[in-house]
Amino acid sequence: MIETELFVVLLLLFIGIIIAVIRILKGPTAADRVVGLDVVNTIVIISMVLFGAIYNEIFYIDVAIVYALLSFVSTLFIAKYLEGGDF
Amino acid sequence: MIGTIISFIVYLFLSIGVFFILLAGVGLLRFPDVYTRLHAGTKCTTFGSIFLILSVVILGLKTWYLGNTDGSVLAIHSFIALVAILLTNPTGAHAIARAAHRSGVTPVGAVVDHLKEKETGKIVKMKTEADTLEEN
Repeated sequence: MIETELFVVLLLLFIGIIIAVIRILKGPTAADRVVGLDVVNTIVIISMVLFGAIYNEIFYIDVAIVYALLSFVSTLFIAKYLEGGDF
Repeated sequence: MIGTIISFIVYLFLSIGVFFILLAGVGLLRFPDVYTRLHAGTKCTTFGSIFLILSVVILGLKTWYLGNTDGSVLAIHSFIALVAILLTNPTGAHAIARAAHRSGVTPVGAVVDHLKEKETGKIVKMKTEADTLEEN
């Protein structure tokens, strides 16, 4: 069935998350770390959708939608903090 | 017959999506400064997420076609998640790039900075590699 292939895809996405975490740990400036965090957020959203497709649970996909919107707000807030100045 | 075609399309979309996401990881590790890393990290993950979530949408539509109505909910909710990613990811990347420029990060090998000239109103001269060679 398709579930096995989706598990392989999840494993490869996990490798992508590890690479982005390496960039978060290494990054010379704060903006580098924010870029790595953005990539981790996107990959986690995709993994949640695939996980919901594997177990046929709609609930995980709803969580992914809310996570996408909240991570967008957090990214904007960190960017505004890096800029400095008034809010 | 139609099941074979649908599973072929799903496998194709899954492999394209995973390829682009791993490419984003490689670019994130190998590129020299913030702006090129942002270019690799954001664009490639957005493009990969389009294909990965579209494969889930196709799986849901196939389940619906085979008579199980749970598939329609899976397809529609996955599509809403895709729209959320497509709306938020480029906007966040633009905000990060503007914040990096205003916090003083310069690209590697840049010679002029037209955005800073426009904002401050005076000409900015950046130190290039040739200048440092002349000084030495």
